[in-house]
Amino acid sequence: MKQSAKYAGGAYNKAGFLKTFKKNLPLTLMALPALIVMFLFRYLPMSGLLLAFKRFSVRKGIFGSDWVGLNNFQFLFQTSDAWVITRNTICYNVLFILMDLILAVAMAIGLSELLRKRRAKIYQTIFMAPYFLSWVVVSFMAFSLFSVDDGLFNHLLAYFGFQGVDWYSEPGKWPFILTFFQIWKTIGYSTVMYISSLTGISNDYYEAAIIDGATKWQQIKRITLPCLKPMMIVLTILAIGRIFYADFGLFFQLPRNSGPLYPATQVIDTYVYRALKETGNVGMAAAASLYQSIVGFVMVVGANLVVRRIEPDSALF
Amino acid sequence: MKLFKKVPEMPSDDLSINRISKKTNAVLNLVFLLWSLACVLPLALVVIVSFSSEQSIFQNGYSFFPSEWSLDAYRFFFKLGDQLIRSYGITIFVTVVGTLFSLAITAMFAYVLSRSDYAYNRLFTLLMLFTMLFNGGIVATYMVNTQMLGLGDSVWALILPMSLNAFYVIVLRTFYKSIPLEIIEAARIDGAGEFKTFFSIVLPLSKPGLATIGMFTTIAYWNDWFLGMLYIVDQKKYPVQTLLWSMQNSLEFMKQSSANALEYAEMAANAPTDSGRMALTVLVVLPILLAYPFFQKYFVKGLTVGGVKG
Repeated sequence: MKQSAKYAGGAYNKAGFLKTFKKNLPLTLMALPALIVMFLFRYLPMSGLLLAFKRFSVRKGIFGSDWVGLNNFQFLFQTSDAWVITRNTICYNVLFILMDLILAVAMAIGLSELLRKRRAKIYQTIFMAPYFLSWVVVSFMAFSLFSVDDGLFNHLLAYFGFQGVDWYSEPGKWPFILTFFQIWKTIGYSTVMYISSLTGISNDYYEAAIIDGATKWQQIKRITLPCLKPMMIVLTILAIGRIFYADFGLFFQLPRNSGPLYPATQVIDTYVYRALKETGNVGMAAAASLYQSIVGFVMVVGANLVVRRIEPDSALF
Repeated sequence: MKLFKKVPEMPSDDLSINRISKKTNAVLNLVFLLWSLACVLPLALVVIVSFSSEQSIFQNGYSFFPSEWSLDAYRFFFKLGDQLIRSYGITIFVTVVGTLFSLAITAMFAYVLSRSDYAYNRLFTLLMLFTMLFNGGIVATYMVNTQMLGLGDSVWALILPMSLNAFYVIVLRTFYKSIPLEIIEAARIDGAGEFKTFFSIVLPLSKPGLATIGMFTTIAYWNDWFLGMLYIVDQKKYPVQTLLWSMQNSLEFMKQSSANALEYAEMAANAPTDSGRMALTVLVVLPILLAYPFFQKYFVKGLTVGGVKG
C-alpha cells in the first residue's frame, strides 16, 4: 500500500513516471485487451452523439456531416412522439418495479414457508426457467396464444361462444400482456435474490417471537419484512435509476412490430431503433438517443447517491 | 445458536410449532403449482404445435390436442437446411469464440483491478465504472461501429460489442480480492512473473467465479438476436435467433437464401408455415433447455456472489 502511494506521488516527475510505468508494465499489458475493447466499444461510440446536432450524410461521415444546431431536438419535441414514448417508458417501468417488488417478496416468503423444502427447490427451478429464454422465443410463445386465426385464446373464446379478439391490433390489451410477460420472465430471478437474503435472517428473532406468542402473520410483518427492507430499497432504487431505459426485447418482439399497437407499445428504445433502421431518420434517432442517455445518466447517478446513503455496500460508486 | 443452524435435521421443538398450518401450505402449493403451469405450458404449446400437421392447425388452431401429428415442419427444415446449418454454425462460432474471448479479457482486467498495488488501479476502475453510468446509446454506437470500425455485416459485430461487461468485472474483482496477497507475494519471491502468477496460481483459484460468469456469457451470446438484427445486412449470415425473428411474418426468406430455389418453389405450395416457425423456435431453445438442469445450480450461486462490491 505504502509503496503504491509512493509511486503514485512520484508520477509527477518524468523519471518517476517512467519508472512507475515500467514497474507496472506486466499488469498494464494484462489489462490492455479489455482497455482496447472498452475504448473502441464504450468510449469511441460516445463521439457518435455529435450526430444529434447534425444532418447525417453517409458520404460526409460522422464528423464531416453538416451541423444543424438543435433542429433534430426541435423536430423530436414538436411531435407528440416525445411525450408518448417518455410516458410509456416511465409508466411501464413504474408498473414493473411495483409488481416485481410485491410479487417477488411474496413469492420468496411463500416458498420459504413451504413444509416440504424439496418442493420449494423444484418450484424455484421452474420459475427461473423463463429468464433464460430470449424475447424472440417468448414472442413466438405469446403468438401461439394470441394469434388471431389460430391462437389458443381465440379458439377457447370461440369454444365458449364468445367473439374472438384481434389481439395484435387492440392497444388497450397490451399494458396487461406486456406486464404479464415481463413478470413471467423476471420474477424467478428477483425471487431468488430475496430468498438469498431471507436465509440470512437469524433464527433467534423468530424463536424470541414465538416465546412472546407471536403469530406467523405477526412474525412476517414485524421480523421478515423489516429484515428484507434494505434489499427491497436497494433493488427498487437501482431499478428507478434505470427507469428511462426500457427492455427493448419485450417492447420490440412481443407486439411483433404491429403498427396499431404503437400507442401502447412504443418506448424510447424502440422509437430510436425504428427511426434509425426503418425510417432512416438518423438525426432524430440520435436526438432521442442523446435525450435518453442524459436523463438516464442523471437518474442513475441520483439513484446511486441515494443508495450510498442507505446501503453503502450496494452502491456502484 | 450457531450450532442449531448447522444441524437442520434437528429443529428445536419451539420452531416446529412455528410451521404454517396444513391448510395454508395447501393454498401456497396450489398457487405455486398454477404459476409453474404458467411457466411451462406456453413452451409445451410451442413444442406440440411444431409436431402438428398443417391440416390440424387449420382446423383447431394452435392446440394442445392436435387432431393429427406430423414431422413435416422438421422435414421442411432438414430438406432446405443449408440456411439453418449456416445460422447454427454462426451462432455456435459466436458463442464459443465470444465466451472464451470475453472470459479472457474480463478475468485479466478484473485481476489487475483487484491488485491494490497496481499504480493505475483507480484510473482504470473509474473509466470502467463510468461506462455503467453513461453510454452512447444505439444510434451513436451503431454509427461508429459501422462507419468508423467497419463492423457492418461482420461476425465480429456479434462478438466484440458484448465482450466486456463491467458488472462481471466487478463480480470477479471481488472474487480475486478474497485471495490473500501473501500468496501472490510468495509467488513473486519464488521468481514468478505477473503472467505466470496469474495463470498458474490465481486463475485455478477462481474457477467457481469464472464458471458462473462463463455460463451467463454463454447464454447471452446464444440468446442474442439484437446485434444480428442491427448489424447483419446479408440475411444468409443471420445467427439462429435473428433467423427466428425474421420469420415472424413468413417463411419467405427461406426461399431467397436456399441454394435450391427450384425445389423450394415446389414445396412452397404446401410449406408448413405455422408449424415450421414453431419447429424453429424449438430448435433454438433446445440447447438451453437441455443445459438448464446443469447450469441452474451455478446460477443461484452466482446470484448470491453477485450482490457485492469491492
